[in-house]
Amino acid sequence: MSKSIQSVQCEHLDKMDIVWDRPDTLIDVPMHYCPGCGHSVVHRLIMEVVQELNIQDITIGVAPVGCSVFSYNYMDVDMQEAAHGRATAVATGIKRVLPDKIIYSYQGDGDLAAIGTAETIHTINRGENIVMIFVNNGIYGMTGGQMAPTTLKGSVTSTTPTGRDLSIHGHPLNIAEMIAILPGAYYVTRQAVNSAKTVRKTKKALLRGFKNQIDGKGGVSFIEVVSNCPSGWKMTPLQSNKWLDDNMLGTYPLGDIKVPEKIA
Amino acid sequence: MKKRVSEKILMKGNEAIAEAAIRAGVKAYFGYPITPQSELLEYMSAQLNSRGGVFLQAESEVAAINMVYGAAGCGERVMTSTSSPGFSLMQEGISYIASAELPCLLVNVQRGGPGLGTIQPAQSDYFQAVKGGGHGDYNLIVLAPNSVQEMANFTYLGFDLADQYRTPVLILADGALGQMMEPVVFPDYDIVKNKVDHSSWATRGKKDGKQHVITTLHIEPEKMEIINNHLQEKYRDICDKEIRFEATKTDDAEILLIAYGLSSRIAHHALELARDEGLKVGLFRPITLYPFPYRQIRALTKKVDSILTVEMNAGQMVEDVRLAVGEKVPVHFYGRTGGVIPQPEEILEKIRAISIAPQMEKIF
Amino acid sequence: MAKLHGHVTINIENCKGCELCTDACPQNSLNMSKNINKKGYHYAILVEENCTGCTNCALVCPEAVMTVYRENKNRIIKPAPMASIDSKNISVSIS
Repeated sequence: MSKSIQSVQCEHLDKMDIVWDRPDTLIDVPMHYCPGCGHSVVHRLIMEVVQELNIQDITIGVAPVGCSVFSYNYMDVDMQEAAHGRATAVATGIKRVLPDKIIYSYQGDGDLAAIGTAETIHTINRGENIVMIFVNNGIYGMTGGQMAPTTLKGSVTSTTPTGRDLSIHGHPLNIAEMIAILPGAYYVTRQAVNSAKTVRKTKKALLRGFKNQIDGKGGVSFIEVVSNCPSGWKMTPLQSNKWLDDNMLGTYPLGDIKVPEKIA
Repeated sequence: MKKRVSEKILMKGNEAIAEAAIRAGVKAYFGYPITPQSELLEYMSAQLNSRGGVFLQAESEVAAINMVYGAAGCGERVMTSTSSPGFSLMQEGISYIASAELPCLLVNVQRGGPGLGTIQPAQSDYFQAVKGGGHGDYNLIVLAPNSVQEMANFTYLGFDLADQYRTPVLILADGALGQMMEPVVFPDYDIVKNKVDHSSWATRGKKDGKQHVITTLHIEPEKMEIINNHLQEKYRDICDKEIRFEATKTDDAEILLIAYGLSSRIAHHALELARDEGLKVGLFRPITLYPFPYRQIRALTKKVDSILTVEMNAGQMVEDVRLAVGEKVPVHFYGRTGGVIPQPEEILEKIRAISIAPQMEKIF
Repeated sequence: MAKLHGHVTINIENCKGCELCTDACPQNSLNMSKNINKKGYHYAILVEENCTGCTNCALVCPEAVMTVYRENKNRIIKPAPMASIDSKNISVSIS
């Protein structure tokens, strides 16, 4: 018989420092995401950055269509919910009339790399001074796990029941590498949120992106976050994070893709 | 300075809209080139950035209308303009704008369709303009100018109505009105006085602890119905208060012409020719196509024997005329399509035929 | 050198039982409760007194239910917010 598990209590919390707490900028409600979903982590990291940079009252976010369509319920900044694929056009409209405000767009792979590819490329090519956050989990989560442009070769989805066949469905789209060649892309990086280590790096990348915008650096800061979709991938959260390491990162290697040159 | 404001300027209709928009304090224009409205885009590109606004040429009409969504969501005066195929591309974004109740001005300088069609003037986007156009239950306020002067006047009016009702307003013109040059006087306009304060809902950065969200997603059916009921209530209010029309020689008319925009000018010429022949012809011109002057047209059926609707399409507004008239008097239709402009003589011939045999035309 | 002593409190009602924290904890201090919360999830709890306050569990937690404490000695303070940014001083260039 297994012994019952008891929670450890601490009687001298008042003598200790709080070294991590939920950011105030993250609205204190339960999120609608599936257990273990990386979207929640990315939302929180953006809000940590907004809090640390003290830009809550000058930040305007743009939400996409997809699982993160409700992200304005969690991120406590002014937000606009855009049509599918159009988040960066909406962000452009906002930034052009309110150039002193801090603007970010938040999109998934279907939104940014399929239906919104034209807006993605042209927003970056115009060098809009915004932060574009791209959550890549290789699947359409909200509509029930269909093939995304970033779905890996051989992956079974609800529209590739025998696996993604490159000769039929085309290839996984490395959009970050594609857009990095554009002069309007100021900072391009690919990070992940499947471990404490990768979460720390993603936070740093987001901080850098928002600082770029505050400093008025000309161009888009593009932060791709490779994430999981336990429900869509039909795995436990732990399995999905391991699968991400073992499979996703071969096609989508982590690290900075384009770093601004240091100006002397 | 006063003198300058009231002076007559010879201008294209497209340019008159652009100039009036700048004088009305437009903060941003997003657009994409398409004939026959490109002069509007070009005028904005030359003028707006140095006159207090932002001009941006988008990568598509799809992007342009979503830029309008973003900027309008910040509570600024914004607009776009296009022609028929481009207006089709914008429909998704317009549905979102109507749902989110964002004020903005849209301009469709119509050309002949369907498909890529022709660059010649037409009125074949009537259904799309007045019945919503995109998905969902919504309407635009639709203003139909018939002169370069009205292109300018309705630009000011359009921005004011958009602000007042928090709704997109469409100026439905055509290629001829966009391209023709006429003298225009730009009226005095006080931007500060006329601009509505949208700070209670616009997204401009969280202030005073209140988060502003612009969204069109309401998953729960009961919530979505509340939004729809609110929109419908607004449209009823608009229908009560904003109907605009012009009636010419309707007092003794036996045959009533109904036409809007460019075709109303041609119909007016036909009216003069018919009057010269002793035929008692009047002209009713809807200025707002939404709200449509159903009641005003219905009232005229007590006076006239028959109605002839003239359009530059295969018969679109005539359906609304029939809705207004019912079986009370015969409703005839004359139209040319594909960018062909009807001639006054063609309409006169139709009037003559109706005066001899004013029986009901077969609809189906 | 003695290990840092830490502690974690958990908002168990918001926990969705994904178990990512238990995997992220280098000390194996966390486990899943046999009990369930109001949503029906087995929630995470601190089961060992060897927590160092490294924050790994909080970093991976999708629901942000963790609050992490650390003893005062060898104090590492959470970075304070940067100086307030005056929106008027932000210069923006658009190419």
